[in-house]
Amino acid sequence: MNTKKNIGVLGLLGLVIMIQLLTHWTGTQYYLTQLTMSAYYSLVILGLCVLMGYAGQISLGHAGFFAIGGYLAAALTTHDLTPYSNTLIIQVLNRCGLLIQGQDIYGDVLLYFNPWVSCILAISAAALTALVTGIPVLKLKGHYLAMATLGFGTIIYRIVLASAFFGEADGISDVPPFTLVSGIPGLPVIEVSGDFSGRVQNYYIAWSMVIAGTLLLLNLIDSRVGRALRSIHGSEETADAMGINTARYKLKTFILSAIFAAAAGVFLTHFNGGIGPSEAGIMKSVRYVAIVAVGGMANIWGALTMGVLLNFLSLRGIFGTYDDAVFGLILILIMLFAPEGILSIRIRQRLRNAFSSSTSEIRGGESS
Amino acid sequence: MNPDLFFQYLFAGISYGIIYAIVGVGFNIIYNTTGIINFAQGEFVMLGGMIAFSLLQWMPLPLAIAAAVAVTMVVGALIEIVFIRWLDRPSVLRMIIITIGLSILIREVALHIWGESIRALPYFYGNEITTVSIAGVKVSPQVLWVVGICSVIVGTLNLFFYASPLGREMRACAANRTAATLCGINTNNMVTLSFMLSAGIGALAGCVMSPITYTSYDMGTGLAIKGFTVAILGGLGNSLAAVAAGLLLGIIEAFSISVVPLAFQDAIAITILLIILFVRPHGLFGSKEAASLKEF
Repeated sequence: MNTKKNIGVLGLLGLVIMIQLLTHWTGTQYYLTQLTMSAYYSLVILGLCVLMGYAGQISLGHAGFFAIGGYLAAALTTHDLTPYSNTLIIQVLNRCGLLIQGQDIYGDVLLYFNPWVSCILAISAAALTALVTGIPVLKLKGHYLAMATLGFGTIIYRIVLASAFFGEADGISDVPPFTLVSGIPGLPVIEVSGDFSGRVQNYYIAWSMVIAGTLLLLNLIDSRVGRALRSIHGSEETADAMGINTARYKLKTFILSAIFAAAAGVFLTHFNGGIGPSEAGIMKSVRYVAIVAVGGMANIWGALTMGVLLNFLSLRGIFGTYDDAVFGLILILIMLFAPEGILSIRIRQRLRNAFSSSTSEIRGGESS
Repeated sequence: MNPDLFFQYLFAGISYGIIYAIVGVGFNIIYNTTGIINFAQGEFVMLGGMIAFSLLQWMPLPLAIAAAVAVTMVVGALIEIVFIRWLDRPSVLRMIIITIGLSILIREVALHIWGESIRALPYFYGNEITTVSIAGVKVSPQVLWVVGICSVIVGTLNLFFYASPLGREMRACAANRTAATLCGINTNNMVTLSFMLSAGIGALAGCVMSPITYTSYDMGTGLAIKGFTVAILGGLGNSLAAVAAGLLLGIIEAFSISVVPLAFQDAIAITILLIILFVRPHGLFGSKEAASLKEF
């Protein structure tokens, strides 16, 4: 089982490299931009997959966590701190090297948060929000849970849309690049940015995050925690009776998925150089849920495959003005005809018979 | 706050509140017969207003509204027959996702038919500046239309559920579906009927509110959240309590304008919803024991 899992991850790594080389040879490197964005969206979907598929808790507010990450990262790295530079807290932060200086077009000194600091602050804020909202929200079930998370998402949307700090309807633009590695001899500067020359680099940054996330979650669901989560999904009362602290496990999974969403938000915002209120909208949350459902709920590989595929097609504009309608339709059709996900219907059986085990690293659903 | 302003806010609160109440009642009708929360409830309201607006080109207003209600009822029935009827004991999660998918689909279809622009039916009596004076407060006659028609809807529904054989059959279906089937009630038809009824009153509410609040393709989600808040506030399944809760929410929202910015007005309803869900999930007027027997 363990080797199968590793083969799956290695296969994914091989596939990622292969696609990059393929775009290089065929001169279609413009695909890499959408593939990078799809990778970040898939990170949200992976986190939600564990929450929905394994712990059995629906969340219609995950775009909210994505927005908390993205918006805080954007706001903290773009709002000038010089008006407050006399206050104690800013001076302390500056001394510790947590701020960076920039210049505006007139040559005046500007002061911003270091992207690393804003990244950590943004993800912590999302985790804290998940903790605070999760304690009461996860006590609810079914319709009530769906409505409560939908309400949470709407509140976040309203806040970013109505506060000047987050740019109201315009969102925040001109977000600086996020320098991950610099100043190490022998290594180029590695940064998350939408810069044309850094396309290949960013593709690998995004996908290494996805691979790391997948590995983490695969190990998680194979562990004691994963078994506990599945027992909660099966029957919460029974899990409780077996001595599993169901509330705690649900909360931890909720926080983990919020961290995944926020991290995706931070990186995608730096990559795009901006973020707008539509990222926090209900439609985005619904879209994440739709993709997890298409992937087969409790199926990490399914969620990843569908997350990349559907996001890529949507970002390429294949669906045109029918984008949202397509996702709504997918949601209905999957739930009507294949509630176990599209990879679970007979096609998978046929494929498995046809190719035996040679393609298991691509689909790989059976490894879990 | 002087008394004039107080009454002005009060009337605004009542006219919005009664609309929330109608959406909440729509939730209750479907929940009662199926145990499903129909997330597409707000879309029925939108459809009612939009269809009536389009039909207005060919027929007078009362006829257009009647036709819009009929068309929306057919849409409601079709939704039930095509998407829900043949499912064999679906899980709650599955039903939530299907109805959310339906609401998106209806919204997108509406976007492609009517576009992004905001529509409004003409005032039933007079125009925007016509007012009548009640207790020294000037109100638009349309507000009286809204309050009047919605009261009639709620009254008729109550009469229907408690005094007509069909209404009794629907209540039997809600109480215990298996037992109702054994008594010879066609429960499947009752479910279709509940979708039609719920779509119909939603559409009617959408028509009467259209002159004041306008109709746009994406109004459904906001209304659905508020309607759900109202349904929960009153205790799921209890229509008269939903009306009281709707008025309460409408009045709270109207008065909140003097305290919080307009942009955050939606957040108030949601905050109330969250507090109610955490503290009293069986609703203000519901009993805890009865609620614990229901499935959510």
